[in-house]
Amino acid sequence: MTTVLNGHATSGRTPTIDDYLPLLGRAEIDGIRALARPLKDRSVVMINSTAVGGGVAEILNRLVPLALDLGIGIRWEVMDGGADFFRVTKAFHNALHGDSYPSSPDDFEIFLSYNARNRESIALDSEFVVVHDPQPAALIDARREHAGHWIWRCHIDLSRPNETVWQFLERYVSRYDAAIFSSPVFSRQLPLPQYLFYPSIDPLSDKNKPLDDEVIDLMLKPFAIDRSRPILTQISRFDRLKDPIGVIRAYRIVKRYVDCQLVLAGGGASDDPEGATVLKEVRRAASDDPDIHVIELAAWAPLEVNALQRASTVIIQKSLREGFGLTVAEALWKKKPVVASAVGGIPIQIIHKHTGLLAHSVEGTAYQIRYLLAHPDIAVRLGEQGHAHVKENFLITNNLRQYLALFLSFLR
Amino acid sequence: MKTAAKPFDFYTVAALTRVGNQVACTLAELHAGLQNCSDASIFHHTFQTLGSHHFLTEGFSNDFAQWVLTSTNRGDLAEQLGSLDVRDYLSIAELRTDLTRIVGDYCAAHASIVNQSALEPFWFCEGLEVNAPLGRSAATLPEFREGLGQLSHAAFYFHFISSRMRLQLRTNDFSLWLAKELDLPALAERVNRIDIYTNTLDGARAVMLRLIAREVGNA
Repeated sequence: MTTVLNGHATSGRTPTIDDYLPLLGRAEIDGIRALARPLKDRSVVMINSTAVGGGVAEILNRLVPLALDLGIGIRWEVMDGGADFFRVTKAFHNALHGDSYPSSPDDFEIFLSYNARNRESIALDSEFVVVHDPQPAALIDARREHAGHWIWRCHIDLSRPNETVWQFLERYVSRYDAAIFSSPVFSRQLPLPQYLFYPSIDPLSDKNKPLDDEVIDLMLKPFAIDRSRPILTQISRFDRLKDPIGVIRAYRIVKRYVDCQLVLAGGGASDDPEGATVLKEVRRAASDDPDIHVIELAAWAPLEVNALQRASTVIIQKSLREGFGLTVAEALWKKKPVVASAVGGIPIQIIHKHTGLLAHSVEGTAYQIRYLLAHPDIAVRLGEQGHAHVKENFLITNNLRQYLALFLSFLR
Repeated sequence: MKTAAKPFDFYTVAALTRVGNQVACTLAELHAGLQNCSDASIFHHTFQTLGSHHFLTEGFSNDFAQWVLTSTNRGDLAEQLGSLDVRDYLSIAELRTDLTRIVGDYCAAHASIVNQSALEPFWFCEGLEVNAPLGRSAATLPEFREGLGQLSHAAFYFHFISSRMRLQLRTNDFSLWLAKELDLPALAERVNRIDIYTNTLDGARAVMLRLIAREVGNA
């Protein structure tokens, strides 16, 4: 067990709620403080399986210091696990996303034995226990009768789970007091209240903080992108489900009408065999056009992503299947007009013709991009409204408000 | 200028969305869902959505209308659903009756398309509001104006929009207090008439502040 952050042990510059004042305004911050007041000194523990890397750790890294700053007695604990445990939980993760899974009783035993070991080392006597994702789900066995409020926060898509793995997990999940999902589509039929918390972005992170124009120029210099002509950009892993070839086809249609460039940038190809194959295919498809920039980013390149998004004229997210698709919220936060597929969580972020434009095909994507390039005033309006939508619904501070509301709802 | 015997206490609110197990993939299923879903679900998709989409003023009214437009491409039905004004209703039951009637009439008149699959399903969710006092109150009109200017969108939404259902009256927290405690029924009525569908919440508040400033100036 590792205590990552608690009331006494924090390291480095952690954000405080007042750091968000210039972005959100005094009224919003006062509102958050008012919601937190009845929770002062109440104990909360957040538990997940990794301190670094991955979206959950990224969220907790911000959320926990902010809750501490509001006077809540919050801790973040990371469960211990050996290589065998993480091999099993990776297989579970893939199976819960719908992959086939060769069921093995040993795997379930390994899962349960690590959960049992962590029950001994993690103090689970907080008033609110929030368990993130499947890995620590069986910690609920430590709960004394009706003690505390136990909440299972599921960050993954459970719309098509492998039944064997889900039935095993459900035995534990159904004993929680509430579950939280990122989209209604990801939820399950469970005998407990299920809440919807959208994933969120942090406006102060390197990926989203404001950048000076000179910094953007500097970050873009290695990529030889011409900022004087329109730039269409899709930021995503080189994955067939993100349809990068479809993006190139849409760009070629647009190019007949407007002299523009296409940027396809993403990370993760080097440690993913399929990603490397897709990257090769994309490079081949783009090879005859110097205005297509295929950029392989490091797995974690927040400033580059920020600069590329800010330099773009239109952001594309032409996924064939998508989880929530937070790159859309990142683009909207930067007031960029977005053309995206109506899949997964994208229609929650893109309200068609209000906060962006939705498309269902290569031709539709091309048409919507042409429309935005021809009507910059509409592009500006969509970007402004998209920014407002993110500010209201998809920021880390909104996530914090939701947790406060959920904790308060248990006290009433 | 009158001092209220009972001051106005400003609150904020946070909304939780509960996912139900009811889904509509066709207009016929939407019709059935509207009849069977909980009151909290009707509240969420009409009242709460105004709060979370407060920055939109054109063509966004409620989740049902938006889904009909974008997922079933039925602009005429979306228009009818979008024209409902939550301020006309004293209860969720009345609002449900009208929503159900509009969709039901449309289904009856367009029998051939009511079972066509929508692009995306509609998930019936439920809203739950948790409020907390901001620790600020007002006893006079100038104090009220100052407090109003300091409210977040959520707090303004709570007092001006969601209060209508809580009060089961054709009014809102602000108008009720202005009329009852400050004896300003004309101002209360003007405040109540501010259009929440053609104004953003910020816009509605700006109109309200102007009305109050005029009243303070006249006093």
